[in-house]
Amino acid sequence: MEQKVTAASIEKKSLIGQRVKKPDAPDKATGKTRYINDMVLPQMLIGKVLFAGRPHAKIVSIDVSAAERLPGVHAVLTGKDAAGLKFGFVRDNVPLKEKVLCEHDEIAAVAAETEEIALKALDLIKVEYEDLPGVFSPEVGREASAPQLRENFPDNKSLRFEFKHGDLAAAEATSDFIADNVFRPHHVTHCCMGTSCAIADFDSNGKLTIWTQTQYPYNYKMDLAPALGITPGDIRVIQPPVGGAFGSKLDVYPYEPIAALLARKTGRPVKVIYSREDEFRASPTRQAAIIHMRTGCKRDGTITFRTADVLLDNGAYTSWGPTIPVIMMRTTSGHYRVPVVDFKAQAIYTNNPYAGSFRGYGNVQTTFATAQQMDILADQVDMDPLAFHIKNAQKSGEVTPQKSFLRECVLAECLETAARTSDYSRKRKEYAAERGKPGRYKKGIGLASSIHNAGGAKIHKSDGIGTILKVDDYARVTVITGASEIGQGIDAVINLIVSEELGVPLEHVTIVNNDSDIAPWDVGVHASRTTFIAGNGTRRAARKAKAQILKAAEKMLGEPAETLELRGGSVVRDQCGTPLIKLDRLLRQMHFQAEPELVMVTDYYEPNSEPEGADHISNHSAAYSHAVHVAEITVDTLTGEIKVDRITSAQDVGRVINRMGLEAQTEGGIAIGLGYALSENMQLERGLLKNPCFRDYKLITAPEMPELEMHFIESNCAEGPYGAKGVSELPTIVIAPAIANALFNATGVRIFNPPLSPEKVARAIHEKQQQEK
Amino acid sequence: MSLETEIKFTLNGRPVTARVPVTMKTLTMLREVLGLTGTKYACGEGECGACTVKVDGITLNSCLMHAVDCDGREVVTIEGLKTPDGMNAMQQAFVDHGAVQCGFCMPGMIMQADYLVGENPSLTREEAQRGLEGNLCRCTGYTKVLDAVESVVEKKCCGRR
Repeated sequence: MEQKVTAASIEKKSLIGQRVKKPDAPDKATGKTRYINDMVLPQMLIGKVLFAGRPHAKIVSIDVSAAERLPGVHAVLTGKDAAGLKFGFVRDNVPLKEKVLCEHDEIAAVAAETEEIALKALDLIKVEYEDLPGVFSPEVGREASAPQLRENFPDNKSLRFEFKHGDLAAAEATSDFIADNVFRPHHVTHCCMGTSCAIADFDSNGKLTIWTQTQYPYNYKMDLAPALGITPGDIRVIQPPVGGAFGSKLDVYPYEPIAALLARKTGRPVKVIYSREDEFRASPTRQAAIIHMRTGCKRDGTITFRTADVLLDNGAYTSWGPTIPVIMMRTTSGHYRVPVVDFKAQAIYTNNPYAGSFRGYGNVQTTFATAQQMDILADQVDMDPLAFHIKNAQKSGEVTPQKSFLRECVLAECLETAARTSDYSRKRKEYAAERGKPGRYKKGIGLASSIHNAGGAKIHKSDGIGTILKVDDYARVTVITGASEIGQGIDAVINLIVSEELGVPLEHVTIVNNDSDIAPWDVGVHASRTTFIAGNGTRRAARKAKAQILKAAEKMLGEPAETLELRGGSVVRDQCGTPLIKLDRLLRQMHFQAEPELVMVTDYYEPNSEPEGADHISNHSAAYSHAVHVAEITVDTLTGEIKVDRITSAQDVGRVINRMGLEAQTEGGIAIGLGYALSENMQLERGLLKNPCFRDYKLITAPEMPELEMHFIESNCAEGPYGAKGVSELPTIVIAPAIANALFNATGVRIFNPPLSPEKVARAIHEKQQQEK
Repeated sequence: MSLETEIKFTLNGRPVTARVPVTMKTLTMLREVLGLTGTKYACGEGECGACTVKVDGITLNSCLMHAVDCDGREVVTIEGLKTPDGMNAMQQAFVDHGAVQCGFCMPGMIMQADYLVGENPSLTREEAQRGLEGNLCRCTGYTKVLDAVESVVEKKCCGRR
């Protein structure tokens, strides 16, 4: 067939590493986006929850009759309406409680025509409690004399994890120095700007539709079903836009089944939405822990062993928090070359709030310990920490004691880049020399690094993703994917990859990813996995579609498919870029020919990794990466205030995909890390939260944000899409120990219980001065 | 039920009349009575800035202002920043610079940023940081927000020269 060539040739242009805008940004910037918090359905009732407000008690009596009589109230539920509806990781939670185990235990719930009526109804519920002695720390909880909080868990013991490798006694004997410290990472919470919200509605066949903020829609069905006594298959999950998640929406929390129980009882849609105070009190936290860590090394700086004995404050119920040892032990055994490892962790039930997952899952806490001990040991052997780090840094191809395969490892390059560009070694010496001299303001510089999974984490049986991709008669592409968008920017990454592969404009790609009845399986947005996993899934699906299109083009144009490419919305000759036919025209010809075909492909991608396993010896991620942060600070030695002046980061990102999104994830991750390091703290007194508001729980604000210099090191990951690795947790993980190490450089004091608040820093400096007198 | 009263004011350039309880806050009126859900609730006590609107040319937290106090005033919300040609310069800059992630705080952030540049066309980055101190964001670390604000200032200054 003769083709008339009229257009000029279309050059090959790659989008990989370019700056691509988020497709949802214009609606968000103009107030048009309808978040779940904004949604109203016809006939919708408002659900409100009565919290216990005490940490440990028997419920002697509960009288809801006055609340039920209030006009506008449609249902009042209590613990007996949820009896036996056990849910959660170890089935230790129920939507509404018959016994109080923590402050935010849900005692009753109301569905009413307005929020005002619902709140009035809560006031009319009379509950008589008999308070019981509580357990408010894991150290107390594990004692035989402590109150037993649960019948089936003797000594208040919840989950336990262990990993051992090598001969510890021998390693200790060969160690010239041992750092031995107890770290106490604290309770913080996610503070999503959109408060928790769920809307539930049952149809007349008994099928539930739930609009939720979840970031893991498929396992969510399995986790929600037992809380309602229904089967997962009867649940449809719809994910409207959400105001942040950061790991907080990786589990089912009681307000979600409560919304569904109220909907079932009333036959109407019910929306449960939290106030900010509810959000502070009743949301999951970052896991608090007591980490007794020891790291040994030889006089020449070679690390000999590392041990960690971890006690976890389980809180009243078991969500993802107490499972963090899965990652804690990877860091303990894999953060630098550690030949001998002894890790154990025990979670203890308490009457405190309970922890979920939070960006940096377990690694924020562990790296706070490992990265400070690296600095402590470097000081003891009298080496520049940079040299000490490089001496112990793994290289490409090494395998950790847990069998994490570091196929591409550029830790040394990250270290050298961050140190060189921040002038670390020179400044460190200079500031240390200034330490003992008079002067109120002291400068410090600190270096820290960490390792994290960067190719998913196979903690479930599958870490895969399903993708359906269609190209319609107008050459518009729809990607139906399990990958959830929670603000992190996978939408832009998917658009970029489709455009790269199929040569269509970015704005011609539509993503459908918010309805579990439509989109295929995915494990959820967690473990820095989405660009890696969904990126691979999207690329594979797009390449299948491309193969089908080019085969059809071969038939129609009489030119071999291998010599053709898709570019600029056309089929072109790969070599010279000469356009041969417009893509939409070709698609219509494919559709309306004698043997018609549509372009609709499916793909299931399972990463090349091994399940975690009970012994924790497996290559559980398809890739690992490192990040190094250098923090430069000024300490006011009088008030103890730390001002972070500058952060220099160098991170192995595999390959930059969407540069703008990568920068945004790094900057945002650093901000969360800064809050953790400096100011955020849930002040718990005997299980009660004393600061449930932004006035007293201090997030980082715009003026506190330091200058950032980010270096993205490209190790070109063999398994990642275009070489990319997962990126978004490391920036949060590494920041606190970098600041702690800088504090030591500036003042000679170390703080092992974050946050590094002015009171603590001033006290530590004062105590040091007293000792030196 | 609490006492209600009728108020008249200008909302995004159009006259409106609304019957509101005297205890109702402006934020609730905008979202629930008038259906303008662009303005967000995130704390309800003036700490986070997600509910920022402009009243008579000055930005404030609509969660703290009673709805009845809008009577006779000129109120502008995030929906009112749009021009006939589309997004205004600040909205466009936030999109172009990747300042929007989950976006929940952005209506308030953009209102405040737009106000700051309107008041001071040569706003510096440090002044922008201080001026946005009352707007909390959990996603972005503010860096791209400040990049966006700076770009608008640069364009305005260049346009003048």
